[in-house]
Amino acid sequence: MLTKFAIACALGGLCTLQAQAQASSADAIAQYRAMLADGNPAELFEAKGEDLWKQKRGPKNASLERCDLGKGPGVVKGAFVELPRYFADTGRVQDLESRLLSCMETLQGLDAKKIAATPFGRDEQANLEGLVAWISAESRGLKFNLPQQHEQEKRMYEVGKRLFFFRGGPYDFACASCHGEDGKRIRLQDLPNLTKNPGDGVGFAAWPAYRVSSGELWGMQRRLNDCFRQQRFPYPGFASEVTVALATYMGVNSKGAVSVAPSLKR
Amino acid sequence: MADPMRIRAQAQNGNAVVRVLMSHEMETGQRKDAAGKTIPAWHITEVTAQLNGKTVLTAQWGPAISKNPFLQFTVKGAKAGDKITISWVDNRGDKRTDEATVA
Repeated sequence: MLTKFAIACALGGLCTLQAQAQASSADAIAQYRAMLADGNPAELFEAKGEDLWKQKRGPKNASLERCDLGKGPGVVKGAFVELPRYFADTGRVQDLESRLLSCMETLQGLDAKKIAATPFGRDEQANLEGLVAWISAESRGLKFNLPQQHEQEKRMYEVGKRLFFFRGGPYDFACASCHGEDGKRIRLQDLPNLTKNPGDGVGFAAWPAYRVSSGELWGMQRRLNDCFRQQRFPYPGFASEVTVALATYMGVNSKGAVSVAPSLKR
Repeated sequence: MADPMRIRAQAQNGNAVVRVLMSHEMETGQRKDAAGKTIPAWHITEVTAQLNGKTVLTAQWGPAISKNPFLQFTVKGAKAGDKITISWVDNRGDKRTDEATVA
């Protein structure tokens, strides 16, 4: 394989050209992101989320300030980079979104099932976007360090790994088809290898993010939903075990990666 | 009532660089919803910037401006402590004014 490639290189000088084209398109995207990063509209969602966290809402007229995101009630800073994790009160491993649903239900008296069934970007789902933006922003610059002590957390990692490599659907696709090795691309964009730590602010460490093309803020739940769509799989339920398991797998693999969320995507 | 803007104003070599992030749908009037009905245009039509109450910039905006627009400009002669006021009006008559101090 290597010799063949070397011959092709020597013959046509093609390889350098190809490498250049690839590098420049990736650079151009990076440049584009850098230009827009200064005015990242995710800030607007962060501001909204901070207000929502402190605002008294719902049938119980309570704020989320007593919500335990894993580091004690009301502690937001550093919570995001340790999620998903096991919560004793619900007896489940939860990611940020599913934990927020629990808090909204127990503290504010809102109907978590109804929120989970709401399409993305509407009603309480729109509020979740703000909350997710702000809470992740409070951990910006910190390193991912998901706990893996509890039996359930280890189980979720293993389940997530299985799901990641599970091939199915009309295209016989798995997450690993695109994100299982280095140097893969979709069209001109580099795809992170999510079976290991892909680096600071890449892959799991880049979400939630503001998507310029649709003008929406996407949390990990919505991002995973889109992965399922691209694989032509049925959509997973919002905050379902499937999504939490995949997030645990990617999160644990990203150990040590610096979170830049909420970031900016094309 | 619209969501607040995020305004940052920084003094730089005798000028001030102002960066504004506005929260707005900026609907063009060209798109259709799931039922095939045209979504009516809804966008900012006018932006005004003031330095200590004196207008330093006005702009007429239309449907070509992106959702949640970002605006950056330099104000000559503005120094730390000066007050920058940004206002916008949209085609529904909704308006929003926010302030920031040059740092």
